[in-house]
Amino acid sequence: MSEKEVKNLDAIFEARIARDEKIEPKDWMPEKYRQTHIRQISQHAHSEIVGMLPEGNWITRAPSLRRKAALLAKVQDEAGHGLYLYSACETLGISREELYEQLHSGKAKYSSIFNYPTVTWADIGAIGWLVDGAAIINQVPLCNTSFGPYARAMVRVCKEESFHQRQGYEIMLTLCKGTPEQKAMAQDALNRWWWPSLMMFGPTDAESTHTEQSMKWKLKRKTNDELRQQFIDQTVPQADILGITVPDPDLKFNEETGHYDFGEIDWDEFWQVVKGHGPCNKQRLEARVSAWERGAWVRDAAMAYADKQQTKKVAKAS
Amino acid sequence: MKNEDLYQYILGIADNSLILGQRLGELCGHGPTLETDIALTNIALDLFGQTRSYYQYAAKLAGGVKTEDDVAMLREEREYRNVLLVEQPNTDFAFVIVRQYLFDEFHLLLMQELQNSKDEMLAAIAKKGIKEVSYHRRFSGDWVKRLGDGTAESNERMQQAVDDLWRYTDELFHLTKADREMIGQGIGVDVSQLRDTYYNTVTELLQEATLTVPEQEYFQKGGKEGIHSEHMGYLLTELQYMQRSYPNMNW
Ligand SMILES: [Fe+2]
Ligand SMILES: [Fe+2]
Ligand SMILES: [Fe+2]
Repeated sequence: MSEKEVKNLDAIFEARIARDEKIEPKDWMPEKYRQTHIRQISQHAHSEIVGMLPEGNWITRAPSLRRKAALLAKVQDEAGHGLYLYSACETLGISREELYEQLHSGKAKYSSIFNYPTVTWADIGAIGWLVDGAAIINQVPLCNTSFGPYARAMVRVCKEESFHQRQGYEIMLTLCKGTPEQKAMAQDALNRWWWPSLMMFGPTDAESTHTEQSMKWKLKRKTNDELRQQFIDQTVPQADILGITVPDPDLKFNEETGHYDFGEIDWDEFWQVVKGHGPCNKQRLEARVSAWERGAWVRDAAMAYADKQQTKKVAKAS
Repeated sequence: MKNEDLYQYILGIADNSLILGQRLGELCGHGPTLETDIALTNIALDLFGQTRSYYQYAAKLAGGVKTEDDVAMLREEREYRNVLLVEQPNTDFAFVIVRQYLFDEFHLLLMQELQNSKDEMLAAIAKKGIKEVSYHRRFSGDWVKRLGDGTAESNERMQQAVDDLWRYTDELFHLTKADREMIGQGIGVDVSQLRDTYYNTVTELLQEATLTVPEQEYFQKGGKEGIHSEHMGYLLTELQYMQRSYPNMNW
């Protein structure tokens, strides 16, 4: 293809997106579009499955059978999200094995929030309330993103995330209506999860790279700071209902702007975790790698068995 | 308790689902593929669902303010009635699958009989459970075949699991005092009658999976009488952690 023809295709492609048409896997797309989508979708998929670990940590210890079943179902939903997202990513011409390889080698990132430990039962409530809550704010705009398979996966995922969010909040509500010990557990969880949740929206707009391109492709519709503000405005009143305190002395409703002003995020901590040195980065990655390695013989056997069945079928047919 | 035998009988069935569900819960997020993680979680969810129905019923029989969670989480180890098979650890995926299959085959036979129980509640739980347990049996049976007849390594691992877990199968067919009482009243299932069908079916499937059926003379028992393996205390420590650390609270 000549340079001129590519330019032409490029223009047609951008025009389609501008008209709100969906791009499908078989359509022509610029290489940069493909690569950017592989990166973002796989990062999202990895976040879903790494996210199973901190919550999975409480399945065997859930305080009641009802909570145990709900938590299991939630963690299973996250596995399902990982599955749709890997599938969406595979339509861009990369295999699941390659994607796992990128995760295991540390080349691919996943959401930093999952590098914090779940130390009490209240953390399960806080994660549902705050982390799923933040995820929804990040992801709802993606239901209209330009790449069809990603947009469709997001519609389904967001529906389930909002269920998780309500369930998490309900755990917090039960704790806050419970004994002083339970309420203290809820407060402690909010203290530990609040700031990392704010960090889920990424660096400030001033520091954020490749935002403009992402806006054009509808991978992003609002800036990190806008989304973060939306999260704070939505969440602070919910904490008030619980009767627990957001751990930010500078937090204050601003009558003029109609938004909450808030304190400085510890960006050193943010970068430390992003660079792989959070409290659980090492354990999370090890858990994924070990599950993958310990499962190798199982996957090999399933493949060998399927081949044998296929051979039998062919032999029968001839 | 007026219905002590019925209560014990229910625990004898429900505790198997609870303890096996708990073992499967340990695996969530650590399996060989996302698909097997999702499937095993489904099975765990079914088992916990059944468990809850049984314990709600048991709690009602016990009377007073007892709840399903009291029954599930606030007993002494010696009061759990599950068979030794289901408490065995997740040594590797072969053990997980073989343990599951050896239990599912029994569980299905039990549910098929229990649906005819004179006790309406137990009959209803069993009827609902049959569909679920048939799916479990199909899943675990398929994986036994897949891994038994997969590679040399998978065959070896599966054979190891079968050889190790076989010793716990006989206990499935033992009758406790509560069993005998309930059989007499047309409520309970005479599991000793299921033994032949069970071993015939299991043998056939293991052979299809190119696995050798162990020729075992000695078997282990005790779970049904509350004498468990040394693994059980640790399993219960996790299961009961919150209820023991924070008694009398709502969650
Ligand atoms: Fe997500
Ligand atoms: Fe998710
Ligand atoms: Fe979620």
